[in-house]
Amino acid sequence: MKKWLTAMLLVLAIVLMAQAPAGNPTRGKELFLKNGCYECHGTVGQGGTGPRLAPRTASLAYVRKPAGQMPPYTPKVMPDADLADVLAYLMSIPAPPPAKGIALLNQ
Amino acid sequence: MSKSKRPDRRGFLKGAVAGAAALAAQAPNVTGQQVRAEATAAPAAGEVRVVDKPGSDFMVDVIKSLGIEYVFAMPGSSFAGFHESILNYAGNKNPEYITCMHEESSVAMANGYAKVEGKPVAICVHGTVGLQHAAMAVYDAFADRTPVYMILGNTQDATRRPSEVIWVHSAQDPAAMVRDYTKWDDQPVSLPHFAESAVRAYKIMMTPPMGPVAITIDTELQDDQIPAGTNLRIPKMSPSTPPAGDGAAVAEAAKMLVAAENPVLIAGRMARTPEGMRLLVELAELLQCAVIDQHRRLNFPSRHPLNQSNRAAPGGKPLMVPAALAPDLAVGLESGDFYSSLRLIRQRNPQLKVINISSGDLFQKSNYQNFQRYTEADLSIAADAEATLPYLIEACQKLITADRKAGFQARGAKLAEASKQALEKARLDASYGWDASPISTARLSAELWAQIKNEDWALVTDTSPWIHDWPLQLWDFNKHYQYIGGAGAEGVGYAAPAAVGAAFAHKRHGRLPIAIQPDGDLMCANGVLWTAAHHKIPLLTLMHNNRAYHQEVMGLQGLANRRQRGIDHIQIGTKIYDPFVDYAKLASSMGVRSEGPITDPKDLSAAIQRGIQVVKGGEPYLVDVVTQPR
Repeated sequence: MKKWLTAMLLVLAIVLMAQAPAGNPTRGKELFLKNGCYECHGTVGQGGTGPRLAPRTASLAYVRKPAGQMPPYTPKVMPDADLADVLAYLMSIPAPPPAKGIALLNQ
Repeated sequence: MSKSKRPDRRGFLKGAVAGAAALAAQAPNVTGQQVRAEATAAPAAGEVRVVDKPGSDFMVDVIKSLGIEYVFAMPGSSFAGFHESILNYAGNKNPEYITCMHEESSVAMANGYAKVEGKPVAICVHGTVGLQHAAMAVYDAFADRTPVYMILGNTQDATRRPSEVIWVHSAQDPAAMVRDYTKWDDQPVSLPHFAESAVRAYKIMMTPPMGPVAITIDTELQDDQIPAGTNLRIPKMSPSTPPAGDGAAVAEAAKMLVAAENPVLIAGRMARTPEGMRLLVELAELLQCAVIDQHRRLNFPSRHPLNQSNRAAPGGKPLMVPAALAPDLAVGLESGDFYSSLRLIRQRNPQLKVINISSGDLFQKSNYQNFQRYTEADLSIAADAEATLPYLIEACQKLITADRKAGFQARGAKLAEASKQALEKARLDASYGWDASPISTARLSAELWAQIKNEDWALVTDTSPWIHDWPLQLWDFNKHYQYIGGAGAEGVGYAAPAAVGAAFAHKRHGRLPIAIQPDGDLMCANGVLWTAAHHKIPLLTLMHNNRAYHQEVMGLQGLANRRQRGIDHIQIGTKIYDPFVDYAKLASSMGVRSEGPITDPKDLSAAIQRGIQVVKGGEPYLVDVVTQPR
């Protein structure tokens, strides 16, 4: 059941990402910081109080209708174009070095 | 009183009592009322007032008899007599006067000290303006069940207040202001009364659930001569044994624990002492059951295979028991917010059985709401959990059959594997944002761990939620003193002074204390840095400098977005900018060696190394690290 649910969410996220308009990652980074997304998710989307968003885990639809503690970012405060840029920024963030390869994390 | 009976204040006490031992050994031959009446007689006009044996000397004898080694205080005229007696009568030893720069710091330092050392210090404050400063830290200590012995200065006799200042620094009932969050207080009217109340206060303070107490000392009682022939006596301190659970109830709890398929032990402020931690390990290993450490103290080793705390939802205190544990029995051990801990698993399993062992049921006050929501339980034992564990362990041992033991081993193996996976997940999570600037709190924690893991270290600041619990996720905490939880009432301004107080306690043991210090908290009363420098208190402080009151940033941002007004203005009142605070300069201005701000994670390792060297040399050191928000 859990695996099935995870797979469905993954498909949903991919579909949503595919539907997202192409954005400008440079502007997206500026907006990510300006709109305070980093306060909960970290400046490179690594996660914090909120979950990790990068690389490649963010969902455009979720921003509009979030669950839990996250406040909604409606089109009034974050237009679709801005959101697309933010998503483009998050998609552009490279994966970190493997944890197994970071000596400080293995002691 | 006639003038002829008034004590001669010049060269008065040549044959009077000299020391605490003598005082303690002798029975009183005058009443407290007599002593008070004679001592408070006003000097005649033109009389030169010389006092050889002031009442405050006896007060110091009483404090000394309680084993109190330190007095943390910012000076104040209403307890100046007591202060002088510490310095010149006691030779500033047992107790030694430790100079503080804010009364809130005095109390928070005392809180940190007591949690490390397991014994209290005394603090002195003006009964009015000093106590008003101290109040938040007193509430923190009350909610955190920490013993703090407070001495409040006051001038009771309205006819002996010589100035406007003394009037405004006097109160009819000084302790009233903190009575809602202290265990006990008194305002003695004589030295014998002081002795009895001082000993009683100590006894009440140290009986679980522990908490702060207050004794008001009158200025005239401090300053006036002890009348000739007075034989003052200090009552024998008779500590109470911590209340253990009723035998029948403990037997029932053992029966439920042994019969359960998936019991979970949830420990809040359970381990008052290192023995508490050892007992919890023994019980958990006996049952091979899951343990959730809520980290109000270090109740359980962080990397013990049965520790399931890191399986809770990422970030924040592990208040919620992970649903994946699927327990059929939850046992609260001095769990603060037990209701919230159970919420998720109760939703999943309405048949969940609950046992609550807490000394909180023995002592509650009504005004301040630190007692949390009412917890429904199948068995509620009003007792100190640490004192109850030996009996619970013994009762469980009697019930465990060979079959059950085999089942327990299988359960323990599964939990050990889950715990291992949780550590791997934490390491993976920590790798994200590894090279980010501002520096991630995971990187900061990993850099620190690399350099302290072979030392006798202790973390003296809270890790949650400010730094995402990274140390508790990544480090190997296995000694009780290595973690002391946070502010009981979540008051901002606690962390820095509590860290200095805790570091002061670690000093005599030669340990390496580490603080990961939130920036907003330090700005409340940063004079505590001077206290650390002045008293040469070794402490390595790494600033968690996110340049904001970040909890409030998120709160305000959430509100503004829900109201669809955007967040363009939420930095007003929540962020610390324009200018940024230079914490290295702030520290160095108070005599604390320092460096920073550091923004590149690659610079962190060398800075920490330099800091450790200074701290090992017996001094504090501060590294300003510009960090991610969390």
